[in-house]
Amino acid sequence: MRWAVIVFPGSNCDEDAALAIDRVLGDPVDLVWHDRSDLSAYDAIILPGGFSYGDYLRSGAIARFAPAIAGVRAAVQRGALVLGICNGFQVLTEAGLLPGALLVNDHLQFRCELAELRVENAETPFTLDYAPGARIRIPIAHRDGRYHADAATLSQLQRERRAVLRYVQNPNGSAQDIAAVLGANGRILGLMPHPERAVAEWMRSTDGARMFTSMHRYVEQQGASLAASAEGVGRLG
Amino acid sequence: MTKWRATVRVWLKPSVFDPQGHAVLQALASLGHDGVEQVRIGKSIELTVAADNRDEAEAKVRRACEELLCNPVMETYAVHVEEGAQ
Repeated sequence: MRWAVIVFPGSNCDEDAALAIDRVLGDPVDLVWHDRSDLSAYDAIILPGGFSYGDYLRSGAIARFAPAIAGVRAAVQRGALVLGICNGFQVLTEAGLLPGALLVNDHLQFRCELAELRVENAETPFTLDYAPGARIRIPIAHRDGRYHADAATLSQLQRERRAVLRYVQNPNGSAQDIAAVLGANGRILGLMPHPERAVAEWMRSTDGARMFTSMHRYVEQQGASLAASAEGVGRLG
Repeated sequence: MTKWRATVRVWLKPSVFDPQGHAVLQALASLGHDGVEQVRIGKSIELTVAADNRDEAEAKVRRACEELLCNPVMETYAVHVEEGAQ
């Protein structure tokens, strides 16, 4: 399978995500500039962490107009997986691809620490390789990570088991301790923790690796790669 | 076309906790500002808009609010338009 990591001006975890995929899976992965709308070559697309467009207006608010987001919408339609990490999660909510919004942490502090999470649903393309109910450790690094949605949306997420990860100790005031939200079609996941920063012993946790192996296994199980019409995509420096 | 001066106020919906307002409220209380019961902090955005009339100017600004300036999931906004550039 082939991966894309979208690079916005101000993204800063794009290289980390690409490295994690390379080291965990050895799959081909391209860094793709945000002005590209044709993402038909990819089975999985990552929106990485960082500060897209400086987060000048609101986190993720400008990035949602990028041509790459049109490409993401088309990719979801044809069955590709989309993983939004941190700022990528914020972009997905601003784009309306995931419900809710990420607000400033309730204590107004930037939190950068290893967070303990509970796997609430291990039957998604992003969590297949975790044990149901497992407690895992993945770092967070954000100031705008307080998940907010109205009561109806929260109860729908609960009912449909779409709050895929929850914090064991809520670090930011997120509603219902939610750390990760699955899209209605089951193929988009947004999460504030950074799985790409937990893929080696020296990172103090390897628990993020299974998110990438889950996605890989799901795509392989879907049969033939979606990338039949793959065209050459330039790799950024 | 006339120049119109528009002010957009964007703030969190009443149902959404505003930690910045909460922190300022605490600060005011500790400084002895009795009787301040609530603080909500938002944004004020000023735009100069060219339009034939006030309704058109306001419509343009409201489109900007809906598409970009405000996220209706957690925010609400109000628009005020008056004649004359800044």
